[in-house]
Amino acid sequence: MYQLLKQIIKTGIKTEAAPLPDESMRVGTQRLQQEILRVFGGALNIRHVDAGSCNGCELEIHAVNNAYYNIEGLGIKFVASPRHADLLLVTGPVSRHLATALKRTYDATPEPKLVVAIGDCGCTGGIFSPDGGGESYASCGKVANVIPVDVAVSGCPPTPTAILQGILTAISAPQKTGDKTG
Amino acid sequence: MGCAEFIQSGAEGLHPSYTKHITMPITHPNLRLSKLPSAIPAWSGEIASDDLQPVCQNVQDGGGRLVALWGSDARFPLPNPLPQAGEGANESLRESQVDGFVLHVVLVNEAGLICLSVPLPADQPNYPDISRIFPAANRMQRAAYDLLGIYAHEGHDHRKWLRHAAWHGGSFPLRKDFDAVQSRTDEPDSYPFVQVEGQGVHEIAVGPVHAGIIEPGHFRFSVVGEKTLRLEERFGYKHKGIEKRFETMSVQQGAKLAGRVSGDSTVAYAWAYAMAAESIAAVTPPDRSLWLRALFLERERIANHLGDLGYLGNDVALSFGFAQFWILKEQVLRNNAKLFGHRYLMDKVIPGGVTVDLAESGKQVLLEECAMLEREASVLRGIYDEHAGVQDRFIGAGRIEPKLAAQLGLCGLAGRASAQSWDARVQFPCAPYDKLDVQMATYRNGDVAARVIVRFDELFESLRLQREIMVHLVHGDDLAIPLEKLPAHGFGVGMVEGWRGEVLVATHTDAQGNLTRVHPHDPSWQNWPVLEHAVIGNIVPDFPLINKSFNLSYSGQDL
Repeated sequence: MYQLLKQIIKTGIKTEAAPLPDESMRVGTQRLQQEILRVFGGALNIRHVDAGSCNGCELEIHAVNNAYYNIEGLGIKFVASPRHADLLLVTGPVSRHLATALKRTYDATPEPKLVVAIGDCGCTGGIFSPDGGGESYASCGKVANVIPVDVAVSGCPPTPTAILQGILTAISAPQKTGDKTG
Repeated sequence: MGCAEFIQSGAEGLHPSYTKHITMPITHPNLRLSKLPSAIPAWSGEIASDDLQPVCQNVQDGGGRLVALWGSDARFPLPNPLPQAGEGANESLRESQVDGFVLHVVLVNEAGLICLSVPLPADQPNYPDISRIFPAANRMQRAAYDLLGIYAHEGHDHRKWLRHAAWHGGSFPLRKDFDAVQSRTDEPDSYPFVQVEGQGVHEIAVGPVHAGIIEPGHFRFSVVGEKTLRLEERFGYKHKGIEKRFETMSVQQGAKLAGRVSGDSTVAYAWAYAMAAESIAAVTPPDRSLWLRALFLERERIANHLGDLGYLGNDVALSFGFAQFWILKEQVLRNNAKLFGHRYLMDKVIPGGVTVDLAESGKQVLLEECAMLEREASVLRGIYDEHAGVQDRFIGAGRIEPKLAAQLGLCGLAGRASAQSWDARVQFPCAPYDKLDVQMATYRNGDVAARVIVRFDELFESLRLQREIMVHLVHGDDLAIPLEKLPAHGFGVGMVEGWRGEVLVATHTDAQGNLTRVHPHDPSWQNWPVLEHAVIGNIVPDFPLINKSFNLSYSGQDL
């Protein structure tokens, strides 16, 4: 126990400042009222859904939980059920075999809800999809082909900072009153 | 530089390790093996389907294992050629040797890889089941049927494996005349799980969407109270058509895809893919690039082992372990980004070499990182070892006895924790491992504790290797030999000991030298079925811990 406590004290605090929201990640019209977003901003529950990724994005979603990015320190945590979630964090491409499970997870998430698509594959279908179409015999392509998406974070995989930024963008009110639709 | 030129220069410059191992790995009257010009010892040969079982039995009797099994379509003319299949596609098939399908089986024994090809007639593509000899073949054979329609007769399990309901049972995506639109279905999926009956037995169905940040798959537990009687896995949820994608890619594009079969093993896959391509082209990458590949592979092992050790602590309620190990892992990833431009080193290994160099100043960063990791991980190992609560959960959980591990073909890290002393870096040390003298970590206990110990040992060994590599890292300007196009009708194989286990990539080219079939094989194929045994008799709440101690890839086996 002495060693353990000594190690904790020696390690100190590693957490870095959180990034600011980035409007360029927003792909859907903001569907939630500012008031709700303000409440969300205080404590957000995330359900992660891997809809067919290579597991690279999952590595970085894990990293978001480490001491440097410390997502829980922002009042945001990952929960075990869509019924407890405010936001779905979805990695893709959406395989056809998971499309039903993803839709059911979306339906099981209570309103008001947000969806953030993670990674190049979640944004476009990525390398697994034939050029242009985004779909194949096994893949539905991007997440937005299956459920509505609010914010899309590109990268292969996106860095933990980008993922955090995407989440913070989703729960913040749009900076400009642009009419951007996805 | 043109294709013919570098084949020639490559053949002259073959690495000495190519010419070692001249003894034949097995002898059988109907099997003539020829040596492949690969960085690891590998032979290939054709046999009739009647001889498949005796040859497999021969290898198994000698202590060998099954590494991979897949099929390819070599029919000509196609029964119903697709209109979009151009002249080139037909031409390539016309020149092929076989008219029908081919079953490919890769076995390994102490001499090296034995790549068998078994021609199957187009109208009745059946072959004798080998899952009685190698139980790990069961799911691979079922997947080969789902994707190509080649059938293991005499087998005892013919349920679908990778196919759910995205395409019709009678259509096969890896056939060259597969019609993606016509074969689409929207039927609900059904799968006949094995039922366990008896007083008080009930089922717990988990997944495909799990409760943590995990890949999707389905686990069906049959339990009495908290005790697990049986676990049955159902995968294929992540099937996204990787093998079909390879068919339309250039050799360079294929390298990117290979690096995304299982993202956590991107270096291992990219290297195995490159090794297969280099084997076909008979080229040897520049020395410096081989040392850099080994550096990347060991850094991938370090990062993954650190992450797993953290989560294993977390899964026994020691969140301190997660916090500490993930601080260490993050520093490794940040150094990767700083020195090599990517946190997971994706796309840094390409056919012909590597895309990034290590500057002298970078060496200093890595040496400091090594010292820091050795110091910190030693302290943490001490804390894990001394922590009664942690050891109480680790010891005895999810045990696989060495005998069962050998029967089922458990491989890689989990295999070594159950006394299966296989490590491709040790048995088949391709350059630069031939100069590194890797110390293999093996234990006999086969429980979670043993898999933790193997991770610690391998972590420290990889740190030692990283120092060694930096001492040996030869100077050289060339990081890669350009490999634009592969020779026609080629077959090449590459195998790399990734952090999880042996990653194999096999590549076939057509008459134009295009990729006609690429099969990436993850060690998870072998190890997932063993997890079903590991949990028997354990309580359900220990499943996440046992599962994490194997940490297998879903994407790697779902393809």
